[in-house]
Amino acid sequence: MKRTYLIVSLFFLTGFLACKKEVMETFAGFQRPTNFPEPAYHFATNKITKEGFELGRKLFYEVQLSANNTISCGSCHIQTAAFTHHGHALSHGIFDRMGTRNAPPIMNLAWNTSFMWDGGIVDLDLQSIAPITNHVEMDETMPNVLNKLRNSTVYPALFKKAWGSEEITSTGFLKALSQFMVMCVSSNSKYDSVMGNENGKVFTAEEQEGRVLVQQKCGACHTEPLFTDNRFRNNGLVPSSTNDEGRYLITQLDNDRYKFRVPSLRNLAYTAPYMHDGRLLTLDAVLDHYTSQVQATPNLDPLLQQGGIMGVQLTASERTKIKAFLNTLNDKSFLLDRRFAEQ
Amino acid sequence: MKKILIAVSAIALFVTSCKKDDTPEYNPNVKADLSVEFDNIAGSSDLQLNTGTYTNTAGESFKVTKLKYFVSNFKLTNVDGTVYTVPQAQSYFLVDESNSASHEALLSVPEGEYKTITFTLGVDSLRNTMDVSQRTGVLDVTGAAADMYWSWNSGYIFFKMDGTSPSSTAGGNVFQYHAGGFGGYSTPTVNNLKTITLDLTTRGTPKVKSGKDTNIHLMVDVLKVLGGTATMSFATTAMIHSPTGGVPLANNYASMISHDHTEN
Repeated sequence: MKRTYLIVSLFFLTGFLACKKEVMETFAGFQRPTNFPEPAYHFATNKITKEGFELGRKLFYEVQLSANNTISCGSCHIQTAAFTHHGHALSHGIFDRMGTRNAPPIMNLAWNTSFMWDGGIVDLDLQSIAPITNHVEMDETMPNVLNKLRNSTVYPALFKKAWGSEEITSTGFLKALSQFMVMCVSSNSKYDSVMGNENGKVFTAEEQEGRVLVQQKCGACHTEPLFTDNRFRNNGLVPSSTNDEGRYLITQLDNDRYKFRVPSLRNLAYTAPYMHDGRLLTLDAVLDHYTSQVQATPNLDPLLQQGGIMGVQLTASERTKIKAFLNTLNDKSFLLDRRFAEQ
Repeated sequence: MKKILIAVSAIALFVTSCKKDDTPEYNPNVKADLSVEFDNIAGSSDLQLNTGTYTNTAGESFKVTKLKYFVSNFKLTNVDGTVYTVPQAQSYFLVDESNSASHEALLSVPEGEYKTITFTLGVDSLRNTMDVSQRTGVLDVTGAAADMYWSWNSGYIFFKMDGTSPSSTAGGNVFQYHAGGFGGYSTPTVNNLKTITLDLTTRGTPKVKSGKDTNIHLMVDVLKVLGGTATMSFATTAMIHSPTGGVPLANNYASMISHDHTEN
């Protein structure tokens, strides 16, 4: 009896999956999740097409973007880690040279108003140049990359499909990569289901209380629904031996020293370690930092020193509730979405 | 016979000078060629990449291995006071000492006689924040401008001078002086754009007329970049790679260019 049920279930499941696959094969383009605000990305100058997206995906996983053809974007932005370099505080690039910052997720970038931990890059279309040319990352030059693609047997045809001409242009290259990156939308967490009222999904009491706590104690910076305010803040980490001054390196304004972009709280389960230099290995360590280790470094965010108290006060039960809510922000489907995987 | 020759020459000279003194008929509705030549020098020597040895104001000897800079947004003021602004699309040039073809900015301007020339050293904020598809030619950040662009701090490098100096304590005794900074995208930051206006009346006003090439010959003195309002020392500063670091350099390069002569 049990076996019959199982077979029938499997039958239905297979049918369902097959259907789902067909749906996925029609390219829907960029779709704003209903609970997300208008994106910041300039779609007017980069219309998303199936061919453009697919070219971008191929480029994202293309090792020829690095000087010795060993490293692709996907080497440090791994889908199963929500496009971060899971387990790596810092990433090793070409020739195992070490970087100075933790690889940020390629996730919901269409809503980013700037890129990198210091916001030094202002347009996603210009972003890709930085890791490609960085000495410790891919250490290649853009003219070389474009020449490699020109000499390849596949790219001229792919550029023609995407842009109507076999010519390998900088615009075609950069905008295709942008198309892939903006398509990497993570919006299928439990939180999103609850917000979107899908299938009557609701938070547990613990998650709901956790949400209220996050709104009260973290929400000024980690603002819903993207869980970042896209601003730069110093959260009181003691500068490490590299003395990374963050946003200051870009603006060279004293009041930007030690500030970094506020990261999203989405997909935390897959993106450890945390902070700009990946120094905190677990979520508990992050909460420990905010509750008891915030240091009065220059430009410490005023929100972390209210009423003469450093950091955020949390009871043990509040921590548990916050963690329960943060768990609802994990979107496993984002990690498994075949559209974003190397083909 | 000799007397006749002298007489004829005198007459010819008189006629030509007369002709020259007369205001030619300019048609401001007709565009004509005007080239602006950027002749890179080091004090009283022509700049020779890699081989020439020069001495800065701080008394340090040095060689230049690379010299590149952007000039843009050209404007010319006619002797009658009208100002002609070269259209944006034709107003960006990257001067590269290693490529002689890049030493001349070829402009097309209305016929006329001009008393001043104005241009920007650098790339203005508008072009610095423009869509990549608009960044063509010398502004292509993956091509001609690939080494004149800070990828990590979105923006063009306006001026780049690399070289070696025994006074530099950096590896290989190199120095790298890179200046940029257009004023910031979302936060106001350092602006190293310099507007340079040169008087053309004392060294020869360009008389631009169709059918001929007029050339404004400018001298660009790298010694002035190293010793203008600020004295740059390779011993003290071998590397400049940021807008703030480039401020003294920019204040110096604001006055590195002078008008030498005009070929009409």
